[in-house]
Amino acid sequence: MAEESYPDDLRYHQEHDWVRIEDAEATFGITWYAQDALGEVVFYEPPEVGSQASKDEAYAEVESVKAVSDVYAPLSGEIVAVNEAVAEQPELVNQDPYGDGWLVRVRLSDPSEVEQLMDAAAYRELLAEEG
Amino acid sequence: MATAALKRTPLYEAHLAAGAKLVPFAGFEMPVQYEGVRMEHLAVRSACGVFDVSHMGEVETSGPEAEALLQRLLSNDVSKLAVGGAQYSVLCREDGGILDDLFSYRLADDRYLTVTNAANHERDFAWFEEHAQGFDAEVSDAIDDYAMLAVQGPEARSIVAELAESELPSRMHTATLGIAGDQMLVCGTGYTGEDGVELLLAPKHAAGVWGALTAAGARPAGLGARDTLRMEVCFHLYGNDMDEHRNPIEAGLGWCCNEGTGFIGSEAIAAVRERGTEQKLAPFVLTGPGIPRQGNAVISGGQEVGLVTSGTLSPSLEVGIGMAYVPVELAEPGTEVEIDVRGKLRAARIESKPLYRKEG
Repeated sequence: MAEESYPDDLRYHQEHDWVRIEDAEATFGITWYAQDALGEVVFYEPPEVGSQASKDEAYAEVESVKAVSDVYAPLSGEIVAVNEAVAEQPELVNQDPYGDGWLVRVRLSDPSEVEQLMDAAAYRELLAEEG
Repeated sequence: MATAALKRTPLYEAHLAAGAKLVPFAGFEMPVQYEGVRMEHLAVRSACGVFDVSHMGEVETSGPEAEALLQRLLSNDVSKLAVGGAQYSVLCREDGGILDDLFSYRLADDRYLTVTNAANHERDFAWFEEHAQGFDAEVSDAIDDYAMLAVQGPEARSIVAELAESELPSRMHTATLGIAGDQMLVCGTGYTGEDGVELLLAPKHAAGVWGALTAAGARPAGLGARDTLRMEVCFHLYGNDMDEHRNPIEAGLGWCCNEGTGFIGSEAIAAVRERGTEQKLAPFVLTGPGIPRQGNAVISGGQEVGLVTSGTLSPSLEVGIGMAYVPVELAEPGTEVEIDVRGKLRAARIESKPLYRKEG
């Protein structure tokens, strides 16, 4: 299991999802807090490449032994790549939530949505309030 | 429910120290997991786990007509329960609907202890009291007198035996003896499909005994692992797999009902046994990906034919497993069905019990 961290180069959504923006594309995943709350991830089925992700709506599910958790899109766009390695080894989400545990890559349809996301400091504050 | 209203077991501090994730369960703040459900599950299957199940309730029945009262209340033949024995039964309404499932231990000729499910304890106790009228027997609520630990796994007996002052009771038997210096009721029962014992002890001794057990190699295991372990061996969970709207026959618990004793509900159950049921609780495995969950529909021939009552990913088998009420004609092992898991149809096959069998 990874150590708790919220990298400064990412943006965050209140449903505990992160996004790494690279020009017109972005990578999505779930935060350390989300994977810790869920417990060991044992099942993940990636969405179809070519399907649409809509900001604030679920685009996939991750499951632990006990529970199912929706994964929310922090931004809108077309899914251009999915992490098949996580489908094979779901525990990657726990071991490396910001690296090998990434979930999808998306071609952003409205890059200005980024402004609605939190930076790492704001997200840590949110966690402290929910704490 | 607000956190402030939740009760804590005497092991609350020990759970926090062991890194437990605590969740509300039946009015108690209980450890759902420590390091992880899967690891704890596998530790119980391969070595030994210790569970705090102090949320479970206890009712003591004593007096000259204690046996007669329990024979009226419990589905099993209580006259066959000898001193030092353990017996499983269901508690039923007149119409055969299941109020709870219970383990009873005969402590003496005229004294029994019955363990209830936490969420049903008050209703069970009220039912016992109400029906004790006219019997020369006393029913007392013993929930505050006992903490309860379940030590389970292939190494459980040897770990407990090291701390015991005398020999442990065999499976389905019980005895009072000293463990780690404190006297307690030791029962050869469990809810995991593994060998092991359950300890009913004074709450003030719970932390010390827990500490001795974990120091001797028993790994703390939470309610999450308890649930996946019992599902692999198809033990029922009240509220999931049966409730007051289900009878013991369709739930597959006819084996613990002896209608000849005249217990409350016996006439209704005898009639159901005679004419058969429309549905039956059947275990199943997914033959492809996915994890079935309680409330998922069972699909056959494109039609919704049943309902999943318990489901999980089996840590031992590494496939989705569960139990579901299905029409009796579909309950035969080998029958192919589908489970509607949040809109995705997952291929499944009905199996026989238990889903997990120990090798060798």
